Amino acid sequence: MAVVSGVPVEAGLEQIAPAKPWHAVAIDLTRRYPLGTGGAVIVVVMIVLAVFADVLSPYDPEENAFEFMLTPPGYQFWMGTDQFGRDILTRLVYGARTALFVGFSCAFIGAFTGLVLGVASAYFGGRFDLIFQRVMDVFMAFPLIIMALAVVSIFGTGTQNVIIAITIPFIPRCARVVRSSALAIREIPYVDAARACGFSDARIILRHMVPNVMAPFLIMISAFVGQAILLEASLSYLGLGVQEPTPAWGLMLQGGAEEYAESAPWVAIWPGIAISLAVFGFNLFGDALRDALDPKLRSQ
Amino acid sequence: MRRLYSKIAISAVVGAVLAIGGLGAAQAQKVKRGGVLNLVVGSKIPSYDGHVESTFGMIHPIRPFYSLLIRINPDNPQSPTDFVCDLCKGKVPTGTDGGKTYTFKIRSGVQFHDGTPLTAQDIVATYKKIMFPPKGIASSRKAFFMMVDSVSAPDDFTVVFKLKFPSGAFIPSVATPFNFVYSKKDLDTHGYTWHKKNINGTGAFRFVQHQPGSFVEGKAYDRYHHIGKPYLDGYKAISAPKMALRLQAIRGDRASIEFRGFPPKARDDLVKALGDKITVQESDWNCVLLFTPNQKRKPFDDVRVRKALNLAVDRWGGSKYLSKIAIVKTVGGVVFPGHPLAATKAELVKLTGFGTDLKKNRAEARRLLKEAGVKEGFTFDFSNRGVDQPYKVVGTWLVGQWKKIGLVAKQRVQPSGPFYNTLRKTGDFDVSIDFNCQSVINPIADVTKFLGSSGSNYGHYDDPVLEKIYDRLLRAETASDQRKIMREYENRAINEMAHLGITLWWYKINPHRSYVKGWKIAPSHYLNQSLDQIWLDK
Repeated sequence: MAVVSGVPVEAGLEQIAPAKPWHAVAIDLTRRYPLGTGGAVIVVVMIVLAVFADVLSPYDPEENAFEFMLTPPGYQFWMGTDQFGRDILTRLVYGARTALFVGFSCAFIGAFTGLVLGVASAYFGGRFDLIFQRVMDVFMAFPLIIMALAVVSIFGTGTQNVIIAITIPFIPRCARVVRSSALAIREIPYVDAARACGFSDARIILRHMVPNVMAPFLIMISAFVGQAILLEASLSYLGLGVQEPTPAWGLMLQGGAEEYAESAPWVAIWPGIAISLAVFGFNLFGDALRDALDPKLRSQ
Repeated sequence: MRRLYSKIAISAVVGAVLAIGGLGAAQAQKVKRGGVLNLVVGSKIPSYDGHVESTFGMIHPIRPFYSLLIRINPDNPQSPTDFVCDLCKGKVPTGTDGGKTYTFKIRSGVQFHDGTPLTAQDIVATYKKIMFPPKGIASSRKAFFMMVDSVSAPDDFTVVFKLKFPSGAFIPSVATPFNFVYSKKDLDTHGYTWHKKNINGTGAFRFVQHQPGSFVEGKAYDRYHHIGKPYLDGYKAISAPKMALRLQAIRGDRASIEFRGFPPKARDDLVKALGDKITVQESDWNCVLLFTPNQKRKPFDDVRVRKALNLAVDRWGGSKYLSKIAIVKTVGGVVFPGHPLAATKAELVKLTGFGTDLKKNRAEARRLLKEAGVKEGFTFDFSNRGVDQPYKVVGTWLVGQWKKIGLVAKQRVQPSGPFYNTLRKTGDFDVSIDFNCQSVINPIADVTKFLGSSGSNYGHYDDPVLEKIYDRLLRAETASDQRKIMREYENRAINEMAHLGITLWWYKINPHRSYVKGWKIAPSHYLNQSLDQIWLDK
């Protein structure tokens, strides 16, 4: 006669910790990852600025107002004006929109393409993996900025081309990291089981392998956003990125640094701070995310 | 701030004194010989051939190796009519035979740097290359000499130019600083492209070396035909593409001068930092920034749209404000402002877009756009050159001006090479920044830029009426006739057809180390670059 366990269901459930309220989770995360929380705050502020730029900015970011040219920071213009009389605060706020648009576009497109290619490379293995990885090696042999410069010189300047230029060098970097995780996953029996069930390669890759490499993927994305913002600023600074009068931090820095570094330093200082803060924020956030998602680091 | 302005004022006054009464000032101080002049150049050298190139990147480092037949007076470079002999002797000839024959007497005893004696045959061979180049050989200033019928040398020290018709544009064309005199022997032996990569002139300095991307070095030529010159032992033209680098080079005394020009803020910073160690020379500049609508593309084939683009631009306000941040300043028409053939202010304000009632201009622009069927928010591609001064600054200003009449210009900035390719070859633009930069002030030749038959007609238009007016202008004999026809020409090009939009004329600001003496600012960055009159007061 079979013996049925006498433990009531409710008693088993009692052993599971009740869900914490969101503010408790937030406090807990803040305690565990104070720097990451700082980074997240910067990121959130940037997103808010970018989304509500039209409401938050008192002036038109592209409107020339020469009567106010190179006005120092003060009551009317908190961060001063540039050589065209445009309010720097307004252009910084709208510049966040450009930075985030370029940053997220490049990070998502680059990382997602790298994810699919990396997992596919690991899954198929053999000659395909060998050739594909050598191609990735060629791409990765070039530093990010050199690769981006080469792409811009082929496609030309402008926001769309900058996104393409920054996205391309991201693909092999993500593919390489994701592949290493996927190689381990490939050996797990459930992948063999899926094959035995006759699932297509695409289904196995997208449904069974990709979800299991999400942790490195998310970390890569957060790192890519910061890198993309910095690259966009670098390209714009070199005159190869976003073009005037579009508000963009690198462009603002370029416009101010050369000619007005001495006579109107605020023209270059504010966009410089904005770029540094944004990259700093995304990097801190990415580090914290890695700590939180990496089981080895989490157990420590 | 007041102190800064007083320093600038003092420097400008010193500069003006040097520029205007320079001869007296130079004579008052005893010339010191020796030393090496370090100058910075903000552009590359495409080739050494003056007959082909049009850039200061070549003129500044290479011109000192060559001589010209005649040149602007280095002691009075502001004058558009003061020419002196360089390789010719005596006074610059006036035309005989009803202004159709010009006879130049050539100096004897002049030698090329390789030791070959210079004769009239070298001058003839040089000008034949410039005026009548064989097929496949480029000559950038061939069109300047369309009035010339022939050039010959009846003996070794006489050159005769025969013109098809008398023209006031001939002598200024001969004085163009790109007309380097080459040796006939070199042209015959090595061919017409040899000078692109080789140098052999009769200039004040001999070529020593060129380290591409780094510097060009020259040393004084001891057999220079202007006896007693040059005063310098040599010079080094240092390549420095970034303006900040050029500024810092002068500030740190690694270089003494830059001949193209700096924006006003850079001048102010240098004066503030170095006080009387810096002298500032300033001048109007024979360079005008234009915008060219592509008439092959709709809606820019419609004169109403082109007029609207012109009407939107606040030139008088732009002059006031842009002159503080860019190397542009003067409002003018098709002719260099201040020249007798230039429009007066009363004449200017009658031109489309030059009127002082901005509100009225822009209302008219909107009306014209509506009439032409161009809707509010119409977006077009605006091609610009990736050089800050003055292209990007003025380009960004123009985008703002057109926005005021409901047009959205998407600025596409490209480095110089691709920009020129777009402008000159592919024509892949709706509106492009354009310019007319000339050397010797020679309005009758300079205004050819606006002709449909011009080699630099990037708007792709054809205007036979304008061609006929120009033909009359070319043949006009008196100054008053020339002036009258020039107004007709301007009216047709700007008012009636709006082929090109004139923005502002450039303004040249040259701050340099005060110990650099003997150089006087000219109304062009191509002029007065032989360096033979410069000396260092060290």
